[in-house]
Amino acid sequence: MPQQLGYLKETASQTGGPYVHIGLIPHMAGFDIFQNNFGNVLAGATTRGEHIAIEGRVLDGTGTPVRDALLEIWQANAEGRYNHPDDHQKKKIDPDFRGWGRTGANFETGVYRFETIKPGPVDGRNMRVMAPHINFWIVSRGINIGLNTRMYFADEAEANATDPVLNLIEQEERRKTLIAQRTMRDGKPLYLFDIVLQGDNETVFFDV
Amino acid sequence: MNVRPKIADRESEPVHEPFMPSMHPVEFFQRDRTIHPPAYAPGYKTSVTRSPSKALLSLQGSLSEITGPVFGHNDIGLLDNDLIRNFAKTGDPIGERIIVHGQVLDENRRPVPNTLVEFWQANAGGRYRHKTDTYLAAIDPNFGGCGRTLTDENGYYYFRTIKPGPYPWRNYVNSWRPAHIHFSIFGTGFAQRLITQMYFEGDPLIKVCPIVKTIPDEAAIDRLIAPLDLNASLPMDTLAYRFDIVLRGRRSTLFENRLEGN
Repeated sequence: MPQQLGYLKETASQTGGPYVHIGLIPHMAGFDIFQNNFGNVLAGATTRGEHIAIEGRVLDGTGTPVRDALLEIWQANAEGRYNHPDDHQKKKIDPDFRGWGRTGANFETGVYRFETIKPGPVDGRNMRVMAPHINFWIVSRGINIGLNTRMYFADEAEANATDPVLNLIEQEERRKTLIAQRTMRDGKPLYLFDIVLQGDNETVFFDV
Repeated sequence: MNVRPKIADRESEPVHEPFMPSMHPVEFFQRDRTIHPPAYAPGYKTSVTRSPSKALLSLQGSLSEITGPVFGHNDIGLLDNDLIRNFAKTGDPIGERIIVHGQVLDENRRPVPNTLVEFWQANAGGRYRHKTDTYLAAIDPNFGGCGRTLTDENGYYYFRTIKPGPYPWRNYVNSWRPAHIHFSIFGTGFAQRLITQMYFEGDPLIKVCPIVKTIPDEAAIDRLIAPLDLNASLPMDTLAYRFDIVLRGRRSTLFENRLEGN
């Protein structure tokens, strides 16, 4: 027997289940328990950048909205800096922006919504700049291990064309599954981003 | 190629020391998917239409994956890790009083300090306080069923609760969940994000549970089963179970032959 490397094994994932809201968004489960709740509003009044909303649905392989899905997003600030000690880019932290939020799909309509700011571009690997994007993580009953994907912005066509991650997707048609369309509602910018778990228009998910 | 530092002398010591900060993104080890449930696991019926059918696209870590939200004590309240008291209205909840404690480590055996751990569960009768749970077991007016805490500087966490009960669910007509507590853990990067479930030593329902059986690796299932920890119990008061959690480890970029840009 050679020496043992001694690494531990990662703890196995299990589904978040139908009652994931109890632990992570208790007010959606129907009760109030914590003094501070995490939610879907990432940007405060003084957060720098263009304030936007994102809405969409998570759809299963039959086209039915997944009405018990829970989504988290993680993003850089308007300058393209993550509020994290391992981001050493020469850009400023925005003290009024953590860059993370979570929400659940609406139990009736399946629609989720985030209120945030549009992120800036972030330095990628090999000195290649990544187009503005928001990282998504989706869990629910029936999802055995959280799904990672990214949302890009339709109004950033030029940056998207050179994005190193979008360009990794061999089938160009599938890149479109990651690009949110911009519209306006009540005079405010709104991006529409559906996530398709399975089938013809299946969203590109990443093993990160 | 990476040159690995010397192997630690004892298994209890970290494998890689010291951790060297670097201008390179310090990415996580490739996730070993053989110990995780596959997306499509037909014995758990709901996964059939909720599983991607195309291969996941593998990404090397960039800032978007190696960073993640940072939480602090301002985010949580004093009673958040005490499920016996955090929803008590007229008295304590019904059920076996237990402490659950353990350490959050990474695959390199490094403790993961100051990370957010969240947990939720059914009450002693197997009923969740959730508007969509209609199981006939009673709601406990004094039990909410959720809590959260930050690990300390050594990666330890603990909370107090009552032991959840098993309950039936619609999969096969006679499917039952073993008693379990759901866990959500962050780590330091978004790619470490993990949701899992903790089971209790000795529960005969574990081995017949369709959700447990989505995990293809027996040893990985065993690592989800918390042993009774009498030494951590409070005599005449509360039993204890120990549950350690392992998140993905990070690569040490001590020597890098390829410069960024190549």
